[in-house]
Amino acid sequence: MLSNEVKQKLISIVSEKNYDDSKIERLVYSYDATPNFQSMPDAVVSPRNAEEVSQILKICNQYGVPIVPRGSGTNLCAGTCPTEGGIVLLFKHMNKILEIDEENLTITVQPGVITLDMIQAIEEKGLFYPPDPSSMKISTIGGNINENSGGLRGLKYGVTRDYVIGLEAVLSNGDIIRTGGKLAKDVAGYDLTRLFVGSEGTLGVITEATLKLIPMPETRKTMLALYQDLSAAARSVSKIIANKIIPTTLEFLDQATLKVVEDYAQIGLPTDVQAVLLIEQDGPPEVVERDINKIAEVCKLENAVSIQIAATEEEAMALRTARRAALSAVARLAPTTILEDATVPRSEIANMVKAINEITEKYQLTICTFGHAGDGNLHPTCATDARNHEEMERVEKAFAEIFDKAIELGGTITGEHGVGAMKAPYLEWKLKKEGIAAMMGIKQAFDPNNIMNPGKVFAKDSKKRVVITK
Amino acid sequence: MTTLVEQEKIQQQFKERMNEDELLNCMRCGFCLPTCPTYIESGYKESHSPRGRIAMMKAVVDGIVEPDEDFERSLDLCLGCRACEPVCPSGVNYGHLLEEARDIINQNKKHSLPVRAVRKTVFEGLFPHQNRMRTMVGLLGFYQRSGIQTLARKTGYLGLLPDNLATMEKVLPKVPTMKDMKNRPEHLPAIAEKVHKVAFFSGCLMDTMFMKTNDATMKLLQLAGCEVVIPKQQTCCGALHGHSGEKNAAKELAKKNIAAFEDLGADFIITNAGGCGAFLVDYDHLLKDDPVWKERAEVFKSKIKDISEILVAVSFHKKVKLELPAQVITYQDSCHLRNVMKTASAPRILLESIKGVRFVEMKEADRCCGSAGIYNIVESEMSMVMLDYKMVQAKATHATTIVTANPGCLLQMQLGVEREGLSDKMRAVHIVDLLAEAVK
Repeated sequence: MLSNEVKQKLISIVSEKNYDDSKIERLVYSYDATPNFQSMPDAVVSPRNAEEVSQILKICNQYGVPIVPRGSGTNLCAGTCPTEGGIVLLFKHMNKILEIDEENLTITVQPGVITLDMIQAIEEKGLFYPPDPSSMKISTIGGNINENSGGLRGLKYGVTRDYVIGLEAVLSNGDIIRTGGKLAKDVAGYDLTRLFVGSEGTLGVITEATLKLIPMPETRKTMLALYQDLSAAARSVSKIIANKIIPTTLEFLDQATLKVVEDYAQIGLPTDVQAVLLIEQDGPPEVVERDINKIAEVCKLENAVSIQIAATEEEAMALRTARRAALSAVARLAPTTILEDATVPRSEIANMVKAINEITEKYQLTICTFGHAGDGNLHPTCATDARNHEEMERVEKAFAEIFDKAIELGGTITGEHGVGAMKAPYLEWKLKKEGIAAMMGIKQAFDPNNIMNPGKVFAKDSKKRVVITK
Repeated sequence: MTTLVEQEKIQQQFKERMNEDELLNCMRCGFCLPTCPTYIESGYKESHSPRGRIAMMKAVVDGIVEPDEDFERSLDLCLGCRACEPVCPSGVNYGHLLEEARDIINQNKKHSLPVRAVRKTVFEGLFPHQNRMRTMVGLLGFYQRSGIQTLARKTGYLGLLPDNLATMEKVLPKVPTMKDMKNRPEHLPAIAEKVHKVAFFSGCLMDTMFMKTNDATMKLLQLAGCEVVIPKQQTCCGALHGHSGEKNAAKELAKKNIAAFEDLGADFIITNAGGCGAFLVDYDHLLKDDPVWKERAEVFKSKIKDISEILVAVSFHKKVKLELPAQVITYQDSCHLRNVMKTASAPRILLESIKGVRFVEMKEADRCCGSAGIYNIVESEMSMVMLDYKMVQAKATHATTIVTANPGCLLQMQLGVEREGLSDKMRAVHIVDLLAEAVK
């Protein structure tokens, strides 16, 4: 509970109507999209500008009150679950697009802007902001920056990090700093912009961002390839890229996913195939045409059993259906859905999927794998029931083995969802003690009193890494 | 006010009656948020979103929070438009959760005397009895025709009503006479070559206040090659009861309707009101605890079809020439028709096939207009915010005709036209009335 003194001070900053500590309001900000995480904050505060954020942080720093910045709460790493109580900071007032600069090709926004609203405003000007996390219809750009969100176009266009070129952020002592700017080149000191992207609210509160834009590609083409052999699908992915083609999208579905998608959506896909690749290319029409034909050739050489190239946008939509329905199809199998994002170098995709299948078998679980094959970012997704404690234990063990395998193959425990509270116990597996210590040093420099989203990224206890014996 | 004792009873029943699987099915992904009108209009308040409401219901079941005033307020403000359902990856039946929660609260809460009296009159005394509906609507007709209406308007007596009710009074349709309302057909032959035998669910309000629309519906069915039967034993669908926490009353009405329609040998049961249709297709859920009735409800449910669906299915728009004077038209989805009955393309196909008109899709046509049963009366402030937004979108299409598919939406859109002062330039019509107009 906040003391009355703190409460009154906060109210004097943001006014009565932007401070709420009723039970219901606290409850609805006690969770995000991560299964099995819930913890009540002490209050919910909605500042109206960076100056108010600064004053709030000063109070929190003085009284040691945890502060959790939250966009729309769609992250999958418990990054915005107030696990240590304190204040949830909302950005519903700070949700304006400040400027689209067509000469410098940038957009400047406040953190509470909904990603899709921003993208629509950008596209109206014939410009393009490529990161497209699947929650973009409701996620905020502030949330995307804090989690360094990815999406389906990561392979060709990169992720949120690659588009953030300037930030305004408030530090735990209340200082308001500006990093970067509308600049392609800027080496004036440490690259704090990059440091803040993906920092999950643990270093400061982002109050404004300048993002880089690019021209809109002229056309896009979509194709679907089916395989009887998982390795052949994986080899196609590597060979497409070895042929010096970088597709916009190179998505993958395994057989387990395909089966549940077909059960759910009945789109007429054969369920005896082992893997599906959804491939898209964009750019000038002649380049797209050439690339798609070449990709089709590669797939054929790798014994794809079926290759479909969409002639119209309607056909393209139909080809995308399986991938789009994947999450829904798996989510409907059981009450609890755990969506992970273990990532490996793309050359290891086949090995990783095979390992996931073996682990699934070993622990007798339902795990379907789909994801972004082009950048090695897989989504092994488990349909389970949080009430079944025995099964949940097996789920935890299985995912621990999956993370372990990903690291063994030169990958990582999280490709795009973030560490948050959920993956914090595994972070040391990836970074080692020394890596954690280096990051901890940065954290302490920015936030000596540990008020900024405490309990995230750094775990109190690391998981013991079990060595897998086959 | 809900007393502490009432809160305890409500909490207990939440534990006993709420479907735990359904509550757990919500994985809190937040994909529902952008579709929720109250989330958006409340300035992105999670407590006014489907995800928030489900989290609250679960927290009440789990004993983390009490069903206090804030909780009730959040449920009250929900339109029940169910726009959250089609976008839900896990397929959570939010509408079912909401209905159960409202029923629990209502059954355990002592309403104030006047509220109790109104609820009893409306839910028990009026809607289940078609003869009383006729009398009620008949009185409205007397009011409209006798000169009292003119007098009331002139004397400023209507000024005593809240703004939107006073405007609502203006937009109510000219109601038919008592004699006409009593003298309803029970059987009509197909006019074109017969392709189906269908039964028509005439509805309580539709068969009185909107009788003209019902007549047009039956005419279109006949022209489409349908023999039409209209069983006299049918009654109100019970949607109003179900949505207002009067589930038991709704169940009784459902049983009457199932019995009335089951031995007619009809291929389909046709509705022309999205709100009724959506409740009818949910009868199997409503009666889920009664195996015999559940089975009968499943058969009943499988036959329900909206008028626009059957017209498209029998290619009415290709067989019958449809033509109107040049005009721009737009379509406002009925939430329940779209989100529950999943009928969205059929009305558009029909409208686009009318020669002479230009159909312009309205931005966010699938967003609730704020009518939502009696929501526009009990939650008029939020309802008017949503209507104003809707009118901005409607005006942007430059349409002179706004087409709807449900009586509540129709009245709300007429109210919108009136509020904007556009009644000389713009009109709102039910889709069957427009189609009937286009046939002539």
